[in-house]
Amino acid sequence: MKAEDLSERLLKEFPDLASSFSIDKGEAVVTVSSDVVHDTIERLKGFGFNQFEMVTAVDRGENLEVVYILHSLGMKVVIWVRTFVPRDAAWVASMVDLYTAADWLEREVYDLFGIEFRGHPDLRRIMMPFDFEGSPLRKDYVDENIIPRPDYI
Amino acid sequence: MTNDAQGTAAEIVSDGPSVREMVVNVGPSHPSTHGVCRIITHLDGEVVTEADLVIGYLHRGIEKIAENRTYLQVVPLTDRLDYVGSMYNNWAYSRAVEKLMGITVPERAEYLRVITCELQRVASHMMAVGSAGNDAGATSFFVLAFWIREQVVDLLARLSGSRLTYNYVRPGGVSFDIPEDGWVEDLRALCKKTPAALEELDRLFFGNVIAKDRTKGIGVLSAEDAIAAGVTGPSLRASGVDFDLRRDEPYSVYDRFSFDVVVGESGDSFERSRCRLLECYESLRIIEQALDQMEPGRTTAPSIPRLIAPPAGEVYERIESARGTLGVYLVSDGSVRPWRMKVRSPAFTNLSVVGTLAVGHTISDLVIIVGSFDPVFGEVDR
Repeated sequence: MKAEDLSERLLKEFPDLASSFSIDKGEAVVTVSSDVVHDTIERLKGFGFNQFEMVTAVDRGENLEVVYILHSLGMKVVIWVRTFVPRDAAWVASMVDLYTAADWLEREVYDLFGIEFRGHPDLRRIMMPFDFEGSPLRKDYVDENIIPRPDYI
Repeated sequence: MTNDAQGTAAEIVSDGPSVREMVVNVGPSHPSTHGVCRIITHLDGEVVTEADLVIGYLHRGIEKIAENRTYLQVVPLTDRLDYVGSMYNNWAYSRAVEKLMGITVPERAEYLRVITCELQRVASHMMAVGSAGNDAGATSFFVLAFWIREQVVDLLARLSGSRLTYNYVRPGGVSFDIPEDGWVEDLRALCKKTPAALEELDRLFFGNVIAKDRTKGIGVLSAEDAIAAGVTGPSLRASGVDFDLRRDEPYSVYDRFSFDVVVGESGDSFERSRCRLLECYESLRIIEQALDQMEPGRTTAPSIPRLIAPPAGEVYERIESARGTLGVYLVSDGSVRPWRMKVRSPAFTNLSVVGTLAVGHTISDLVIIVGSFDPVFGEVDR
């Protein structure tokens, strides 16, 4: 299914999503505020998005962007759900109650970006050692062991 | 003997918090974990009551390193993700860069990508099936599977120059055209003779009573659980979900081939391994069709600059790798280096169900269950 067809069907079902819905490079994107992201994903799951493909974060300076990508086996299309959380109070609701796939994926984002997933049953580091401190994928992360690479470009 | 201060021996046993339970640590470099994975198992006798997977031993921070390299320098890094299926990582990353840049790939390059990636699928599945058999004690089966894998890897080495990390698929096309030393004829000969060898493998392990006893009914994953847990690829299809990105959301030139999607029924370890074996026949069919359809032409898009600086934006591209849906999420800020690269690794999400599946099985079955999901820890830990 193309993103255009999806937008037609989705907005017929949920007219209130019209203001947050857009199509970027052929992908359907829903941008919502962080307090309604759980609610939005729950509705999308009811709409037919039965696979939680991934969640990740992007450092956007002031804010951290959290991106969820959901996939529908029936409609054969993906949808992005984007939200922004403040850098110093980074938290969103956990999706483990909706999809069990969110368990490890959210632990990874928590580990590497320091975003708290409230309601996650077992939120602990997964990639880095358990006693590691800091969020390595944030752009302001400094580690004295990292030697700057000379810029030959 | 009674001891007033401590109670009877029987009382001590029943009072203890977990006298029957024993904690056994498997790994991190146990031979059956297919890499460096640690499994903390709680055992009641020989039966697993809880299994906690500890990963991250192979975490090299490739996503962080990629932020400090130029777009073309990231391609060899992606080889090191899933090192049993390097071609897929190259391809998924290249597709993401091409979409950011708006590059159209020449048709011959798309066919070469399909051919190499289907060869890679056979090589990867032979590794998976062989080592799954080895876990169950079938070493001769493992050797036979590796003999097939060797012939495929030899062909890939003649084409790309290396046996494991190919760095072959690049943004804009592929790095080399087919060599003029009879490579195509050798590939056609391989496609002719491999089905007979696969047949023998199928009889040797999947027709064997002992192997059936050992793997059937072990680690049954229902279709609902598989979908909720984000399991993809052959592991999902073994549970009876008929979904394959190559057929259902075709990318590249996959819509021009006719092939069947192998779907299992029971979703147990036997089915997961056998689905992989049967997929090799379909891969060989696709290769033969691709060789017939391929026409001479360019293998790289014209005028790809050495220093790529895509316009700012984000893309998510996904392909069907040997383990499932492999996605690359790429964010560009308009500079020569990626702002963020995220790899959606199928082995990572597939492995996350192992802990719950193992509960109720014996510790020797835990080994079979891990092997049946074909985890590659380069991709799990990244």
